[in-house]
Amino acid sequence: MRKLWWKIVCIVLLFYVIVNGFMGTVPHLPILNESIRNTYFHVALWLAMTLLLFTSMIFSVRYLNSGDIKHDDIASELAKSGLFYGILGCLTGSLWANFTWGDPWPNDPKLNGAAVGILIYLAYILLRSSFEDEQRRARIASVYNIFAFAVFVPLIYILPRLTDSLHPGSGGNSTFGSYDMNNDLRMVFYPAIIGWILMGLWLAELRVRIKRINRLKEENFLEVQKSSRS
Amino acid sequence: MNTMKKVFSLLLSLLVISGNSIAQTAVDSSVPMADKLREDGKIWVVVAVVAVVFAGIVINMLRIDSKVSKIEKELNIK
Repeated sequence: MRKLWWKIVCIVLLFYVIVNGFMGTVPHLPILNESIRNTYFHVALWLAMTLLLFTSMIFSVRYLNSGDIKHDDIASELAKSGLFYGILGCLTGSLWANFTWGDPWPNDPKLNGAAVGILIYLAYILLRSSFEDEQRRARIASVYNIFAFAVFVPLIYILPRLTDSLHPGSGGNSTFGSYDMNNDLRMVFYPAIIGWILMGLWLAELRVRIKRINRLKEENFLEVQKSSRS
Repeated sequence: MNTMKKVFSLLLSLLVISGNSIAQTAVDSSVPMADKLREDGKIWVVVAVVAVVFAGIVINMLRIDSKVSKIEKELNIK
């Protein structure tokens, strides 16, 4: 299999996160109690997702520059990985909110922004499926992807800070830097981010490889048809 | 490539070892935490469950990976 080492790193990191996620020391904070440990899962997922979507946008730009369909393959599969993490992030966040904020979906700008972001990327997938020709699909989807990410960042990060929000770091709440992120948390949090990013990349890589195999099979099939006709 | 692998595995082992030296923080004992669960040792059940689930997913992913590799070898893709 292609380059096993980073996949092993991913597995080791995530096992570390799982074990230390439950057994490690965490700060004792009211309301949150033990659920602060969700930082390693919910928050890390969202950060990993942002990075995956950012990389997807970069590959979209590269496709528009080069015209090489391989870049668009990677861009689309990274976006799908990011979307998958986004949905997981919303579900885990909702679950967490239910027990700490008392409501699975309070009218919080970050949650609504996240939901809109997920819809935007779902529309990206829909857009891709509406084209038959590969190059046209790739071109239009790449442009959409760039705009999608450009809208996504303000929705999730900038808008919530400007208005009242329940989320830490937005709307007048103290950011991650102060008392709900100390060194104990950081020791598991940073490996968690890396672990989830690597897992998202792994999922995307598998799908890209399968896509390319299918494309090669199709090309071979068309070649055989042509040669059998001539 | 080989040196990068060595550096990475060194960093990784350091990370895993350092996880055992947990830093001391100011503990506010008035906030209810799941310490009783940890005292009883039952927390290990939770860890074991999640670890087993994750191991299952990972094994599945590795199998898919090797199947895709096999097909790639057949079709002679780089």
